[in-house]
Amino acid sequence: MNQLKNFTKGFIKENPILVLVLGTCPTLATTSSAINGLGMGIATTFVLIGSNVFVSLLSSLIPDKVRIPAFIVIIASFVTIVDLLMQAYVPSLYETLGIFIPLIVVNCIILGRAEAFASKNNVFSSLIDACGMGLGFTAALGLLGAFRELVGSGSIFGWKFISGDGILVFILAPGAFLALGYLIALVNRIKNHNS
Amino acid sequence: MEYILIIISAVFVNNVVLAQFLGICPFLGVSNKISTAIGMSVAVTFVITLAIIATYLIQIYILNPLGISFMQTITFILVIASLVQMVEIILKKVSKPLYQALGIFLPLITTNCAVLGVAILVIKKNYNLLEGVIYGASTAIGFGLALVILAGIREQLELADIPEGMKGVPVSLITAGILAIAFMGFTGLV
Repeated sequence: MNQLKNFTKGFIKENPILVLVLGTCPTLATTSSAINGLGMGIATTFVLIGSNVFVSLLSSLIPDKVRIPAFIVIIASFVTIVDLLMQAYVPSLYETLGIFIPLIVVNCIILGRAEAFASKNNVFSSLIDACGMGLGFTAALGLLGAFRELVGSGSIFGWKFISGDGILVFILAPGAFLALGYLIALVNRIKNHNS
Repeated sequence: MEYILIIISAVFVNNVVLAQFLGICPFLGVSNKISTAIGMSVAVTFVITLAIIATYLIQIYILNPLGISFMQTITFILVIASLVQMVEIILKKVSKPLYQALGIFLPLITTNCAVLGVAILVIKKNYNLLEGVIYGASTAIGFGLALVILAGIREQLELADIPEGMKGVPVSLITAGILAIAFMGFTGLV
């Protein structure tokens, strides 16, 4: 029961994007379409799971003073793995996401979970925490990507079902700020209403 | 002429925050007051310029000759993190007033993705060292420009009557969105 709570908190109560507002750079940059958002979410989830498991395994060996650099090295290694894997197997997605793949390393969610959760908990809880947080991140990115793609070009996952041109600005840079701003406002509204 | 094009392109047309989405966290985090925004911009300019010199030399003289450019991400982030730490220690020793002005911003800069992003972009764009430094410095000026403008607007917004759910981050994001629309007017300038 406890592990289930641990898993689901990343979706709603502590959603990294919509509630904690961490990792906004990749969120804004890669959600011009649903598929890009999901791709970025899955890549980040992979790094998050790897780093959480390894940080939790090694936390008793790492001296307290150098823990942040050590965490960064672990995270950067997993980012390099993802970078090479995506280059080999999904080259078109790799091209679109571009510089934001190496930049997963400075995504505050990953270092945040390593510091706040994985370094203090056992391997299994850390794994569950990483899965929950990663999926929450992916879900928020996918939702935002789908919304921007729908309003901007009338399609979702490239499947067009509204004819004509959309509101182009939502695919361009300003739309990212506007869409995320209203989405967070909506989440705040629901939270205030419930409490 | 080429250098002027790089500067205009980095400051206005491809503004690092509003068009490339790098460094959003400090953009939202320290844009409450104009004075802190200026402090952050100066610190970022300083660190980006130094980081580009360091990472460029490492890429050209160590990673490329040894054929280990896949180590780029790991090397760059470590170099930037230690550079920030070193700048902090040196400033503390050499110039107390400067340290007091920039000190609190320095630790935040390690996780500012604009620094790592610009360092990687300089390598990707095949700039030489001088072009890289000019590009980095003007990117940082673009960051400062966007940050100071947003801080100015947010200072005014504090007096406005905003719906409960929109307060804080949402209204800043929407302001940034409108600012980004304004910056789209520069498209095609270069």
